[in-house]
Amino acid sequence: MNFIRFALGSIKIVFKGSRVYYAWLIFLFLLIVWGGFGYAGQLSHGLIKTHMRDSVSWAFYIGNFTFLVGVAAAAVMLVIPAYVYNWKPIKEIVIFGELLAVCAVIMCISFIVVDIGNPLKFWHMLPIVGTMNFPSSMLSWDFFVLLIYLLINLFVVTYLLYCIFYKKEYNKSIVLPIVLFSIPMAVAIHTVTAFLYNALPARVFWNSALLAPRFLASAFCSGPAILLILFQILRKTTKFEIKDEAIWRIAELMVYAMFIYLFFTLAELFKEFYSGTEHILYWKYLLFGLGENKEIVVYSWSSIIMGVIAFFIFLIPRTRKNLFTLNIGIVLIYFSVYIEKGIALIIPGFTPDVLGQIYVYTPSMTEIRTAAMIFSLGFLLFTFLSKIAIAIIFDNYNIDSLKQKVKIKKIA
Amino acid sequence: MEKENSRRSFIKNMSLATFSALALSGCDTKALDEFLQENFKELSKKEKDRIIKNLEAKYKKQYGKDFHVSAKPAIDRTLFGYALDLSRCIGCRKCVYACVDENNQSRDPQIHWIQVLQMENEKGIDFAHSNIHYNPEEVPEDGHFYLPVACQQCRNPQCTTVCPTKATWTEPDGIVVVDYNWCIGCRYCMAACPYGARHFNWGEPTVPTEEMKTELHYLGNRPRKKGVVEKCTFCIQRAREGKYPSCVEVCPVGARKFGNLLDPESEIRYILENKRVLILKEELNTQPKFYYFFGI
Amino acid sequence: MKHKKYRNKTATIIVMTFTMLLFFSCHETDSDFDNNEIQKVYVEKKADKNIEYATEAPPLGDDFPCSACHDYREPNPKRRELVEWHDEIVAMFHHDSENRWCLDCHDLVQRDSLRLASGKLLSFKESYKLCGQCHGDKLRDWKVGIHGKRKGFWNGEKEYLLCVHCHNPHSPKFQKLKPEPPPEVVEN
Repeated sequence: MNFIRFALGSIKIVFKGSRVYYAWLIFLFLLIVWGGFGYAGQLSHGLIKTHMRDSVSWAFYIGNFTFLVGVAAAAVMLVIPAYVYNWKPIKEIVIFGELLAVCAVIMCISFIVVDIGNPLKFWHMLPIVGTMNFPSSMLSWDFFVLLIYLLINLFVVTYLLYCIFYKKEYNKSIVLPIVLFSIPMAVAIHTVTAFLYNALPARVFWNSALLAPRFLASAFCSGPAILLILFQILRKTTKFEIKDEAIWRIAELMVYAMFIYLFFTLAELFKEFYSGTEHILYWKYLLFGLGENKEIVVYSWSSIIMGVIAFFIFLIPRTRKNLFTLNIGIVLIYFSVYIEKGIALIIPGFTPDVLGQIYVYTPSMTEIRTAAMIFSLGFLLFTFLSKIAIAIIFDNYNIDSLKQKVKIKKIA
Repeated sequence: MEKENSRRSFIKNMSLATFSALALSGCDTKALDEFLQENFKELSKKEKDRIIKNLEAKYKKQYGKDFHVSAKPAIDRTLFGYALDLSRCIGCRKCVYACVDENNQSRDPQIHWIQVLQMENEKGIDFAHSNIHYNPEEVPEDGHFYLPVACQQCRNPQCTTVCPTKATWTEPDGIVVVDYNWCIGCRYCMAACPYGARHFNWGEPTVPTEEMKTELHYLGNRPRKKGVVEKCTFCIQRAREGKYPSCVEVCPVGARKFGNLLDPESEIRYILENKRVLILKEELNTQPKFYYFFGI
Repeated sequence: MKHKKYRNKTATIIVMTFTMLLFFSCHETDSDFDNNEIQKVYVEKKADKNIEYATEAPPLGDDFPCSACHDYREPNPKRRELVEWHDEIVAMFHHDSENRWCLDCHDLVQRDSLRLASGKLLSFKESYKLCGQCHGDKLRDWKVGIHGKRKGFWNGEKEYLLCVHCHNPHSPKFQKLKPEPPPEVVEN
């Protein structure tokens, strides 16, 4: 009963807002409709509406999935420094980090669902009702850890907000172990996602032990980037307090992550290019193109250039501690990692294909629309959830205020 | 076993009834039945018979012809192997189209289970410099040799390992098969296959009714739907009846050999014991049962 | 069990035919063959394993029997360029033509027979034995089913083709073919 009141109260919040808020909702809604019709076309005609083919059998959807797993993982991993450095708004960082994680995981699963040929048969890969190929298939593992990760984050967030809503002290002995457990789980989801690719000897581009470490390092760049933007917005619009020092500190951690990522990538490149085995073909396609086929080169180099600029912005103390330049760096690193995970990781794994044939892949309009639909849905969900969280945490929206309103109504 | 089944189906029906009712509202019970169908490996004989009868009726309605769908299991003490004589193959692609014809592969969008790679004599087996679209007046072209590739029927297949739903597996006679009703179309197997042997129905497959083959096997050449993966099955509908696969019989130069690896008198064993044999991408430890040899 | 059964069984093998007739040009090959009772040629009998391979020779055309003409002609063993008759065979002859000519395979006296180097005569149905006297390795591979094409059952009856079904004995190199169309180029 209490929970129902909490849920109903939360839903009410979602519908209250300023004009900007409604404009944002309408914008997202239009994107969802536009994207939804694209996806409807794919549903009725099949994946032929995408530009994936036998040669490049996974592409943009799976790239987005991978990127969002990174976002989901990194959002929670930020809890570690929050504890280590004892930042003041630990609870808030945990809540917003986990909210972001929840939305990102839901988007991940959506990207898997739109990528499969028979979404209605999704239940075949569940345990008990279906025939889950556990522990052989990394996809089963991935689905499994993502689901657990989603559930624990959802639980923690809901529980914390629920407690605040009812002005109860939350039970530390429940929350703390779960939050701490969610940290290795965050590492796990990204590692398992990396293993998904890593485990395929047929695709030499991915078959490197450095893939999982690189995934984690890059996630530590993109995930905090989103949170830094979010924290700044929250700081301006709500009572949320986060000191500049905490932001610098996160930025500093991102430099380490970027450096490690750069180092791993250079180590990978050195090994591939110096030994010059057949593996080099895929790196060549990624960085220079093969013969006439240079379509992907633009993406890879824009990702590299953006990443390197961001690295220097974050590295030099003066630019790091200037919010304007820092935000430029944040945007650059975000898009750098997005392109790297979305295009530069997946496509060269399939080009040239296992029989040496080149099929040039670029996303079709259907793919872009479907992705837009999922991103908009994710943003919409995140908007709703953070609106609820903001109201409960900062605007004293709680059981008392609800009761007061009821009283006022009754009196009137 | 029985109990297990009933428990399973109970849980399944409970958890899926609502969902499927919603998803399939407007469809008839047969569609619902098909939607709720178990993995082929877990079906009882009775269920298989019923499903096959339904399939035959469905295909008849769809194509206006009589079909025979077999679910014949593997023959005892057989392990199928295949050998292809690289010194004979002239790259005429007759096998490609015999395969398309026998196995009811989609004409549009086009699906070819066999890919014939043209390679340069000077380079040897080199996929990166191979050409699949060669189209001269006459083959073989000077300075080239031909390497047809289809499923290598690995003893250690990556594709079945990665499948999240166990919709693909190795049969006792060594044929790697797909349950088209159970495949969810995630294409992980396609990413895992080092030979490009797996093909996806990107759109609704089309086969002209008059060209539709009617002797079918559940795990082989029966009509597929969009969104599932398919692959070479050594013509399971023929091989399990003792016949050679279609590609073997059509090859004008007799480059294709097929037989039982467990039979020391078989053609395939003679090749392994007497010819220079190679397998593709040996370093991946997939251990194919598809061998390439030099007959000269 | 089934496996064993087929091995012990005497495998009788029948041959379908190609349209081309190789020894003699022929226009009615197909119809001739269809009407003929199939005669089997036993390729080999392995006493210990009790396996027999059999095949049907390609049909012989209008020009056969050779004796129909040659019986009225004086046999001439001297190697020479044929001009009046069989000039089309001479024109295409490409089978070690520097060292060989008609009478290295055809018998001078028994015109309807082939002749091994040993002098032993063979019927046209057994032509593979003649091929095998030079191409022994091919004959061996062919007998076990490695060289040449098989149809039928991998665990039972097989249809064999004779050498001359695929190779013109006067010009044995396999003819080039027009390839079937390449797969569609996939573009996005």
